[in-house]
Amino acid sequence: MKLTFSHEDELFRQEIAQWLSDNLIGEYEQLKFRGGPGDEHMFPNERKRWEQHLAAAGWLCIGWPREFGGRGLTINQQVIFHEEYARAGGPGLVGHIGIGLLGPTLLQFGSKEQQQRFLPGILKGTEYWCQGYSEPGAGSDLANVATKARLDETDNCWHIQGQKVWTSLAHEADWCFVLARTEQGSTGHHSLSFLLVPLDQPGVDIRPITQLTGTSEFNEVFFDDAVTDAANIVGKPGEGWRIAMALLGHERGVSTLGQQMQFSNELNEIIRIAISNGAASDPHIRDRIARAWEGLVVMRHHALRMLSNPNQSQQPPEALVYKLHWSSWHAELGKLAMDVLGPEGLELNAAPYQLSRLQSLYLFSRADTIYGGSNEIQRNIIAERALGMPKEPRTKSA
Amino acid sequence: MEFAFTQEQRMIMDMAQDFLTEISPSDKIREAMATDRGYITELWQRVCEEMCWQAITIPEQYGGLGLGYVEQAIVMEQMGKQLFCSPFLATQALATNALLLCANEQQKQRWLTELAQGKITASLGWLSGSSLQNRHWGSQSVQASFTLCEGGAILNGEWQQVVDGHSCDLLIVAARSPANGHIKLFAVEPKACQIQRLPLPTLDQTRQLSRIIATQLFVPESGILGAQPDQRKELELILSLARIALAAEQTGGSASTLTSSVDYLKERVQFNRPLASFQALKHRAADMKLELESAISAVYYAACIADAWSQGAKSDSALHRAASMAKSVCSDTFTFCAQEALQLHGGVGFTWEYDVHLYLKRAQSSATLFGAANIHRARVADSLLGPIERQETSYETDLQP
Ligand SMILES: Cc1cc2nc3c(=O)[nH]c(=O)nc-3n(C[C@H](O)[C@H](O)[C@H](O)COP(=O)(O)OP(=O)(O)OC[C@H]3O[C@@H](n4cnc5c(N)ncnc54)[C@H](O)[C@@H]3O)c2cc1C
Repeated sequence: MKLTFSHEDELFRQEIAQWLSDNLIGEYEQLKFRGGPGDEHMFPNERKRWEQHLAAAGWLCIGWPREFGGRGLTINQQVIFHEEYARAGGPGLVGHIGIGLLGPTLLQFGSKEQQQRFLPGILKGTEYWCQGYSEPGAGSDLANVATKARLDETDNCWHIQGQKVWTSLAHEADWCFVLARTEQGSTGHHSLSFLLVPLDQPGVDIRPITQLTGTSEFNEVFFDDAVTDAANIVGKPGEGWRIAMALLGHERGVSTLGQQMQFSNELNEIIRIAISNGAASDPHIRDRIARAWEGLVVMRHHALRMLSNPNQSQQPPEALVYKLHWSSWHAELGKLAMDVLGPEGLELNAAPYQLSRLQSLYLFSRADTIYGGSNEIQRNIIAERALGMPKEPRTKSA
Repeated sequence: MEFAFTQEQRMIMDMAQDFLTEISPSDKIREAMATDRGYITELWQRVCEEMCWQAITIPEQYGGLGLGYVEQAIVMEQMGKQLFCSPFLATQALATNALLLCANEQQKQRWLTELAQGKITASLGWLSGSSLQNRHWGSQSVQASFTLCEGGAILNGEWQQVVDGHSCDLLIVAARSPANGHIKLFAVEPKACQIQRLPLPTLDQTRQLSRIIATQLFVPESGILGAQPDQRKELELILSLARIALAAEQTGGSASTLTSSVDYLKERVQFNRPLASFQALKHRAADMKLELESAISAVYYAACIADAWSQGAKSDSALHRAASMAKSVCSDTFTFCAQEALQLHGGVGFTWEYDVHLYLKRAQSSATLFGAANIHRARVADSLLGPIERQETSYETDLQP
């Protein structure tokens, strides 16, 4: 067990730092430190161009294996990449759902044809994805999905009917992976399937939902006889639940290191403000800032433990507690930001509702404890899977 | 970088776990609590002979194992799990580091060799200030005095809360020169000199504390550790290393309180269901698990920093910050877990018979020992924000509403 990097790794650090300082300039200058949590609606097109620029140099899907067009970096090199990317102020990626979630899922479960069809678009930064899981009647109880899909032999297409909700970045995406029910009259997580659906078609209607920040990063997505080719199902019909869950497992992958570096930038900004506005002389604020720093170190080493775990098939406890840890930490950071700002935090930059970075951190971090499995659901998971406590008896549906 | 245990480290952990489960069951803990030393000598001898833990961080040239702080943390964590009563903390984490950092070659040859062989136990006393100073458990708490004299030094003062101070064979104490405020460390062999040692009845009976009193005590030159004129810096380093070891022990204690609580909840039936199936209780257990995993990440991070520091790859201030971080995180974790454990056990948790109270008391003593969480977070804050500017405020002392 050690934390120091090898000489080769340090050379790699110089290489990526140099590349970023040579490239994050000109038209990309304005993107520095943008597009992170709470700021995801900003500069979407400019960020996509930046992602294509990264892709051209092979810096987009750095952890994917080489034979699939990735860079095949070691975990250590990925850690370094994310550190340097955050240090340089590299913008948040519009393509993170494809890069971090769908891509790795296709590498694991996709057919050869699917890999050939879909991976290049993600690798090049030309095709963007969104996640169609939640529905009005299926939130925490995701297995209650009601969207239906039926395979029509005449046109050899899946026909989809139903509604998704809270679909992040659907308005920026070209494709959606949809969890749908493919057997009439089935219930629970049996008979769900994992479909890849193009969004640019008459059967799909995307309506933005305005969030408490006044902006909209998520949407309602209506499918009214939307179609996708019969081949666009990952795994077999009925295997959707297993694949959907495996995809969620990738949310705890290396991409979390990138997210942590964003967090680190946020904490640094809070520290800077606390020192300049005098909040740093309040012992209570000092204690909370110290806690925040400690929490960040803990989070980083949780992540490193889970990435260094040789047995990736079985989820170690640090993986099960990870979401609960970072979401609670980040929500508290948002509150800390406001308390450090003090009275200034009550004034907006401009009408109608232009939030500063820290104000939007405060508001947006309220979502972290809800999406991707709420804190309550995370606690159920920890209690049941890590501690072996029994499930709560489920009442029979009426 | 590799933030996972090596195969050898896993082996040390497994062996420690097996060995301690065997030698430190509840009745042995209670037997140890009732002894004058606070530990069972034969069991400590077995540790020294079969496990060699007393020699973990002692370099091979003195007959030690030459292992690092990660290995030390692994062993400490397992001892914490079993609430093992032993002189390890005082001997390995305090005194051994004091010798490693301060002693001259001759002194190392003599005492490190004896320590590595398990022939002697040792401890460190430094707390000798006002109660406000002592809260910091740092060099500012050193107020006992020394004056150099012909052939040695004269010590005067009273050291408080010395872990295993009344039973150790070698006692290292820190004292301050009234002339220039410098701090020096001295090694005395209590059995051979006029030093007074008073065992104290303790809240946590699994760890013994004592008061040490020196009045015009002469220490020969051979007992003045090393040649540095001021060892304040060394003392702070020793204490940071000891905090990491203690934090590792706290992690183990937290793990046990969680396991025993979950086991109890699975067994205990109320309302025709095992209590473990109630979500209100599952969520409390889940929070304990989160705290525990956080403590583990914090401790091994700090232990890795300590190893890197000992190889010259990390600065002193990085070590101090990591140690303060580990100590504050783990103090909060163990306190939280032990308190939750008592609540989750209901009435039986309040009995002398169940071990829950032993962990609760150990949690309280460990949280206080070497500096409480808030003290250490204040140090972390200083490192992030610069020292605090204190403003003079006038306040009302009249508390009448
Ligand atoms: C900003 C944001 C972005 C999102 N992006 C996406 C996306 O891209 N794609 C997508 O598919 N979904 C997305 N979601 C949806 C998200 O996954 C759901 O909101 C989440 O799963 C919770 O479901 P719900 O909103 O229906 O809340 P509900 O399930 O109705 O929960 C309400 C409250 O009850 C609690 N609760 C529910 N069940 C239990 C239980 N068994 N025990 C104890 N407490 C319980 C919850 O924790 C919560 O506090 C997003 C949500 C947000 C806020």
